[in-house]
Amino acid sequence: MTLQSAIRTVGSSIRNIRASSLLGWGVLVAFLVLPCLVLAQGAATQAMSVEYRDIPGIGSRNVIWFIAQQHLLLAGFVLGVPLFAWVCEIVGWKTKEPRYDKLAKEFTKLLTSAYATTALFGGILLFLLIGLYPKLMAYLTDIFYPTFVAYSILFLLETAVLYLYWYGWDSMQGNKKGFHLFLGFLLNLFAFFIMIIPNSWATFQASPVVVADGTALERAWAAMWNPTWWPVNIHRFIANVVLGGFICGAYAGVRYLLAVSREEREHYDWMGYVGNFIGVFGMLPLPFAGYWLMREIYQYNQQMGITLMGGFLAWLFILQAMLIGVLFLGANYYFWMGISYRIPGVAQSYKKPILAMLIVLMVSLAVWMTPHTLVASLQEAQQMGGAHHPLLGVFGVMSAKMTVANLMILVTFMSFIMYWRAGKQETAPWAKIAKAIMGGVLAVAAITIVVLGVWGYFVPALFRINTLSVAQVLIVLFILVTFTPLTAVLLKSAKTTTEMVWGQMPVRSGYTLVSNAVMVILLMSLMGYARSSSRVHWHVYGVLRDTSEYAYSPALGYAAALMSLNTFFFCLLVAFIFWVATMGDKSQAPSKESPQKVEPGLTPVMAGGSPSSGGKGGVQDNR
Amino acid sequence: MRNLLAILKHSLSISAIVLVGIFVFLKWVLPLFTAPLPMSLIGLYVALTFSALMIFYTMSGASLEEFMGPIHRFLVGEGQEGVAKIARLLLLILFPLLVGWQTYTSLAPSDFPPAESRTIHPAPPGEFVGLANPLQPTEANIQIGKGIYASRCSPCHGSNFDGKGTAAPGFNPPPANFRDSGTIAQLQESFLFWRIKKGGVGLPIEGKPWKSAMPRWEVELTDKQVWQVIMGEYDGAGQSPRTWEEEE
Repeated sequence: MTLQSAIRTVGSSIRNIRASSLLGWGVLVAFLVLPCLVLAQGAATQAMSVEYRDIPGIGSRNVIWFIAQQHLLLAGFVLGVPLFAWVCEIVGWKTKEPRYDKLAKEFTKLLTSAYATTALFGGILLFLLIGLYPKLMAYLTDIFYPTFVAYSILFLLETAVLYLYWYGWDSMQGNKKGFHLFLGFLLNLFAFFIMIIPNSWATFQASPVVVADGTALERAWAAMWNPTWWPVNIHRFIANVVLGGFICGAYAGVRYLLAVSREEREHYDWMGYVGNFIGVFGMLPLPFAGYWLMREIYQYNQQMGITLMGGFLAWLFILQAMLIGVLFLGANYYFWMGISYRIPGVAQSYKKPILAMLIVLMVSLAVWMTPHTLVASLQEAQQMGGAHHPLLGVFGVMSAKMTVANLMILVTFMSFIMYWRAGKQETAPWAKIAKAIMGGVLAVAAITIVVLGVWGYFVPALFRINTLSVAQVLIVLFILVTFTPLTAVLLKSAKTTTEMVWGQMPVRSGYTLVSNAVMVILLMSLMGYARSSSRVHWHVYGVLRDTSEYAYSPALGYAAALMSLNTFFFCLLVAFIFWVATMGDKSQAPSKESPQKVEPGLTPVMAGGSPSSGGKGGVQDNR
Repeated sequence: MRNLLAILKHSLSISAIVLVGIFVFLKWVLPLFTAPLPMSLIGLYVALTFSALMIFYTMSGASLEEFMGPIHRFLVGEGQEGVAKIARLLLLILFPLLVGWQTYTSLAPSDFPPAESRTIHPAPPGEFVGLANPLQPTEANIQIGKGIYASRCSPCHGSNFDGKGTAAPGFNPPPANFRDSGTIAQLQESFLFWRIKKGGVGLPIEGKPWKSAMPRWEVELTDKQVWQVIMGEYDGAGQSPRTWEEEE
């Protein structure tokens, strides 16, 4: 395939588009942003007179908080989705299975409308920051101006590539697929740089470095390389995949609940599974990235580390434990339901292993959620001899938290392995030995993680952080990277004893997928607040003080209310975006004159229908 | 007997036994060996147990039916007669009353002090962050530090560094137990330097109200003495300060 023919194909497909105006908003906003940059630079010289502006009644900080969080959540989604859409496309191309290509296209369809909305919120955020916080923007513009230009160029490139990638999808099949995949690669490459440039602005605010004299480019470069830049880059990159996966899972869950045809049910059941799998896949290494980030924060500034983990923000990490716990439980629950409903007849044989995994998960979660300083009445505190319980107080420190987080990751990974192996009989002569070795290694790994965790109480903090915790992480990673290919090899020659049946999942599976997405959104809102609040009364920590009337940390209850509002609004926004994205499907659906044929018994699952109910709604089958 | 066994093996009975068992263990059995647990923690563990049971018994259609079926049929009241009918009516009357009573008791004014969620590690001010102990960890410095500790600190923090000094029972919250791996072992020396020098009155405004009777030792001790006390504390408690640099 030549480049010219590919461009011709793209050109013809663009001529045929009907909804391009939506994506066009993205480009429009990108152009709107450029003059804003000039305004921001101009503000550098004028800002001395006006340092802050306010929005009466609501408060400038609340407005920025809300818009920035919406923008960040949307950005996380639009940067995470292209990654696995592209991977799905590669899988479809390699395996010649059209369903992967269809799935990748459906993911990308969600992306187009979300991308425009993200750009809109980004533009609004920039306008508001320039208007409400001129002092801060003048300071940041002075340092980061060259990156603003790079960011705008990247944004334009990303928009152009997204146009080509989405609208050229159908035209670039067959021998042009290679070029389309290359576009997907470019899409992700630009997306990555679009993510890390704003990360440098935000991380510089939290962990500024000395910006020496030099050219504008040299100063910007020095400021970008601040201590928390790469920890945040890695953490956000993985978190974006998790967010994208679970939101796509939620989309599939809702579509599954509303599906009326067998084909739709099978497709959205499968899509929900893939979304959950991607979310879990990203979630497994995420705690490690978070741990690294927090370690860098402590190392950069003890004061900030203590404010976050031991000071007035410490309670956020108990909430975080609860949300992560629910997320882990939801993801596992979905896997376990998959074994029961998609692989008929095998549920009984997995009951005991599932019970064991559930107990480990719950005990781990109980330890993770046990705070170091307990909520106790005066009488209870006196009985305990303080705010720390003499026995359970040991669960409150990092050694215990790291240990149980690693165990939960292991259990979740094993849930996936179990689901993968369910309904299959290994035929390789060495299968028994391999399974025995895997079981043994797993047991040794789990015991070692616990032993290292206990050992952590008796050694200096440095040894625990640099050696024991790293060893725990490496053990889990070793299990992940060795068990996955070994299981794949084992199952290559396995015979299928029970065929997997899609479209049989119960109503609660759809709700579980939605719940997982909500948990991730809440988590990101919570951690966004934690990261910003750790700067306390500084715009740029230790350098540029917040002298506005909002130079105080809001009470945790107030912050929780705003986080909930952010989550709720984002869910509404996503629902709207998905509704817009699927409008085309509805217009293509059969008209009233020739209604879509609903198969007998296939009322929506949400209304108690079941594909195997034989025409009566089948509540029993689908419960 | 066989009927009783069948009832006990039912998922609803198992759930009830597990929930009650966990509560009894946490509330009454565990305190036989250690301090009682606060209700907030007991509630958390019981809630987690309840969630686990719900997850386990709703995993498949059959287990869901076994678990929820009797509850559903009881609440719907289909074909109920005699004791079952009366029990259902009683439940439908008593349950809303119980909810109402709970609401009333949680909102009604009380002279009982509320539960506290005190933050334990205040963040040190910027001028104390990154300070390094200028003294060498010599035996002489450690012994001098222990001597000062014995005269100034041990009445509260205990001669064994365990927070059980003779004056400790008079304080709520009690003085810190330095032998606990969750106290000074988690902190850098500069943090202790700040806390000893500034005491309770020097705690930052965020996270107030603080409850600390720690004196402001800067009025009586020199900086050198404070650093010596820190060395003596770590040595006496068998702990090491948190550092970010490998020791040579």
